Amino acid sequence: MSDRLTVRKTYKLYLGGAFPRSESGRTYEVHDTRGHFLANAAWASRKDGRDAVVAARAAFGKWSGATAYNRGQVLYRVAEVMEGRAAQFTEEVAAGEGLSTAKARAAVDAAIDRWVWYAGWTDKLAAVLGSTNPVAGPYFGFSVPEPTGVVAVLAPQRSSLLGLVSVLAPVLAAGNTAVVVSSKERPLPAITLGEVLATSDVPGGVVNLLTGDAAEIGPWLAEHADVDAIDLAGAPAPLAMELERSAAGTIKRVLRAATDEPDWTADPGLSRLRPFLETKSVWHPIGV
Amino acid sequence: MTSLFEYAPAPESRSIVDIRPSYGLFVDGEFVDGTGTPLKTVNPATEEVLSEVATGSEEDVDRAVRAARRAFVKTWGPMRPADRGKYLFRIARLLQERAREFAVLETLDNGKPIRESRDVDVPLAAAHFFYHAGWADKLEHAGLGPAPCPLGVAGQVIPWNFPLLMLAWKVAPALATGNTVVLKPAETTPLTALLFAEICQQADLPPGVVNIVTGAGETGRAVISHPDVDKVAFTGSTEVGRSIARAVAGTEKRLTLELGGKAANIVFDDAPIDQAVEGIVRGIFFNQGHVCCAGSRLLVQESVHDEVVASLQRRIGTLRVGDPMDKNTDLGAINSAEQLARIRELTAFGETEGATCWQPDGDLPDRGFWFKPTVFTDVSPAHRIARDEVFGPVLSVMTFRTPDEAVAKANNTTYGLSAGIWSEKGSRILKVTDQLRAGVVWANTFNEFDPTSPFGGYKQSGYGREGGRQGLAAYLRSDS
Amino acid sequence: MTHVLDPNALADTSGGTGTLPDPFADVTRSNDAFRAFLHGLPGVDQVGAEARAKVLGTRSIKTTAKAWALDTAISMVDLTTLEGSDTPGKVRALAAKARRPDPTDPSCPAVAAVCVYGDLAGVAKEALAGTGINVAAVATAFPSGRASREVKLADVRDAVANGADEIDMVIDRGAFLTGRYLDVFEEIVAVKEACGSAHLKVILETGELVTLDAVRRASWLAMLAGGDFIKTSTGKVSPAATLPVCLVMLEAVRDFRAATGRQVGVKPAGGIRTTKDAVKHLVLINETVGADWLSPDWFRFGASSLLNDLLLQRQKLRTGHYSGPDHVSVD
Repeated sequence: MSDRLTVRKTYKLYLGGAFPRSESGRTYEVHDTRGHFLANAAWASRKDGRDAVVAARAAFGKWSGATAYNRGQVLYRVAEVMEGRAAQFTEEVAAGEGLSTAKARAAVDAAIDRWVWYAGWTDKLAAVLGSTNPVAGPYFGFSVPEPTGVVAVLAPQRSSLLGLVSVLAPVLAAGNTAVVVSSKERPLPAITLGEVLATSDVPGGVVNLLTGDAAEIGPWLAEHADVDAIDLAGAPAPLAMELERSAAGTIKRVLRAATDEPDWTADPGLSRLRPFLETKSVWHPIGV
Repeated sequence: MTSLFEYAPAPESRSIVDIRPSYGLFVDGEFVDGTGTPLKTVNPATEEVLSEVATGSEEDVDRAVRAARRAFVKTWGPMRPADRGKYLFRIARLLQERAREFAVLETLDNGKPIRESRDVDVPLAAAHFFYHAGWADKLEHAGLGPAPCPLGVAGQVIPWNFPLLMLAWKVAPALATGNTVVLKPAETTPLTALLFAEICQQADLPPGVVNIVTGAGETGRAVISHPDVDKVAFTGSTEVGRSIARAVAGTEKRLTLELGGKAANIVFDDAPIDQAVEGIVRGIFFNQGHVCCAGSRLLVQESVHDEVVASLQRRIGTLRVGDPMDKNTDLGAINSAEQLARIRELTAFGETEGATCWQPDGDLPDRGFWFKPTVFTDVSPAHRIARDEVFGPVLSVMTFRTPDEAVAKANNTTYGLSAGIWSEKGSRILKVTDQLRAGVVWANTFNEFDPTSPFGGYKQSGYGREGGRQGLAAYLRSDS
Repeated sequence: MTHVLDPNALADTSGGTGTLPDPFADVTRSNDAFRAFLHGLPGVDQVGAEARAKVLGTRSIKTTAKAWALDTAISMVDLTTLEGSDTPGKVRALAAKARRPDPTDPSCPAVAAVCVYGDLAGVAKEALAGTGINVAAVATAFPSGRASREVKLADVRDAVANGADEIDMVIDRGAFLTGRYLDVFEEIVAVKEACGSAHLKVILETGELVTLDAVRRASWLAMLAGGDFIKTSTGKVSPAATLPVCLVMLEAVRDFRAATGRQVGVKPAGGIRTTKDAVKHLVLINETVGADWLSPDWFRFGASSLLNDLLLQRQKLRTGHYSGPDHVSVD
């Protein structure tokens, strides 16, 4: 072992393609499962949430308008860069989740593979979920899935990387932009993922990662009129109900949380893609 | 328009349908008394009371849900899917056989022209049952995994604008996917749903598979908040949709909402003008504008604004407003005094806010609820008539100069149900279609519906789809 | 894009030939210019036009309205025989029918005209003398129009000389479909001149033009060239008159009058055999162009068997019971 003193990383938010501190100036201590200090994470405020929504909305047009092939390549690029950072992710997951290095590495591998899996979905969704509609008249009818818009994601509290990737990647693969509130106690892989995103062709604002407390920021996102959908994965039951109720005010699409955090290694199928896709049906006459 | 060729009255015969003096609830295969205070349903064209209809109380709803649960567990759930399909085919055929009765009853209770109930509402309702009947034994091919399961009991609340058709949109997919139903028709238009109950009896549909509980808002609330309802489907106003989403929050109930709209109908300068004018008329005056996807915001390219508005006004001058039972009527009665008051209130805003109101000449009947086809020009996007859903025969005309401006204005609404585009240029249609945030886009047509075409909104127009393969997802549980 | 309701959009002060309504004086200066003008007319969406015609076809015309429609339709009939086997005897029989379509009922109106080949126009003229019923003759190498212009013009002059009050000409569809619009235009202008005081009906033969866009363009072309009527078909090509085609032609005459002030008549011909068809056309007029076209001066039916069906319906309405084919004359 070298006796070199390490250069520590300052963990900040990932917002609009940049890494700002919380506008509130707040941070909170992050510990490993044995209580050792790991880092000070930025403690995002509701105003950071607001700024993140603005950034996500601004990025939506370009991201949703990109070709599915292009989106797929960008997302695949994310997996490539994640692979290069696997050691760092493993260290953070091991410390944050109290796993052995081998188990942490397995979780990181699963997360990268999950990302690749979703990267491959971008240009299949229209074929799998869309249709041509044989209407009873002289019209050509077809239906296409389109992204819902800006999705607020409350990331799982326990699975800090695989869980996070499992909820974030489908939102992006479907063409949405995201405002993510990370696991409160295990936020570090989220910010490292932000660094991956920043260096892998994902346009700024497509993903905005906030570290902090879902219970604090969640209600603002649930009520925000410019958020189209919310994934409650990381919200505990009483909070989830409150947020779903708030989301009703603007007819948000709500993906409810499972009663207990699921096994994120299981095949998710389309269960996390469908909720953030709209179907657009188009009619055009057939004539000469 | 002309005094030379006046069409003599051509009334559809009312005698084809027997309206009973009073109706009970349809629970567990039988008509039973309701325990709430009955309500009267009136013909909005004459204000004549048509019948007295039971009001379902919380206990009545509970009885209906229990019947639905029993049917789900004992008969409908375990039934061979092909047999479920056969029941739906039967229902489709029975609707076709008794189409004229349904059309007359719908027009009497709702106020819509007999031409529309005859040519649109009833045939489409039958088509929805026919379409979904075929799905019943093919659900493993619906793209929802190898063995999608029904949810259980569906509580469904429907509006008054297309009473039978909305029933079909709700009941057909629910039954095809193996669910059972408690349906609450709209308070002002319960009669075709009750006639549909007779169809269920004629089809020998097992008791409890379809239960119809009439009543007003309280009854609807009881349906959606009943703890043993697994699935809630609602079509109606965005305001009520919000309260339902709130009520369902924190439960296991699945929810789909089909809510309001303020659709843009965009006319480019290269549009087929005569057909565009027809489409504008169809877009806003179909069903008196009581259509959630009505093309209530006309966006016309500035260079053709005057021409389009002049053509539109000439065309509106030929619309025949009056007795809904007359086969030549184009525009019938407003469904209720309450709705008429709301239309009047919003149009009054239009004038005070500075828009120019135009209505054709002609008299309206003395009795009943009526509103003339109305066009507002000089409308600004900030005006309430450009933003609020009027749900009546009122069109707001605005202009644009470029495709980008058209799209920006079209999307500048909290709704996202439908939109129209008129242009002869294919690539422009596809580009604009892609940019519009709306669940249904009609290009060079408007207000077309089909059971194979998924229907539903973006944004605050709701979520979930009705119709097509996509519509089945609302009633099935699947692993994928 | 041409805004046909706004004549000033195309107004040109340079003037033009005497036959041209002013606002459009300039559009025939070259084939290219004419092509640009005709292709600048608003397109017609076939499905939308068919849907509109279909809805109007569901109008329920009963009792007094039906009685009026029957008499009006009868008065609009161009009672037609255009067979190779036509003889003076056949034409005289038709003329007799034209004067008194229902011999049992003197209140039954006469038809508008008898339509024959040019060589029989004289026979028709004589048989109809003093009745006010016009003689219409087809000309210009009807029905194909495939002859030199000289032959076509001679055909017209011959028919007029034989006493035709109205000339039903065919356009050169080959020229139209290959884009030689100016040739078609000039031929109509020449025929119009050859007609003298006879009214000119221009047959577009819409069954060969196929698209409704082409129908609208051909309608405008014929009106600009001076046609008094635009007519759908020769009756020798299927499909002949259809409701959507008639709708588009009515929209054209409506827009043309709005732009120029000149009213042009419309004549669907061929395929209209039943009262129901005829009444649908009257509804189409009523709700597309209005009462101004609801007269034989501005609307005709080119038909033969239609008349008998109108008469049967008329008898039913008068007597209250259904009539039979032996109660009207075989022609």
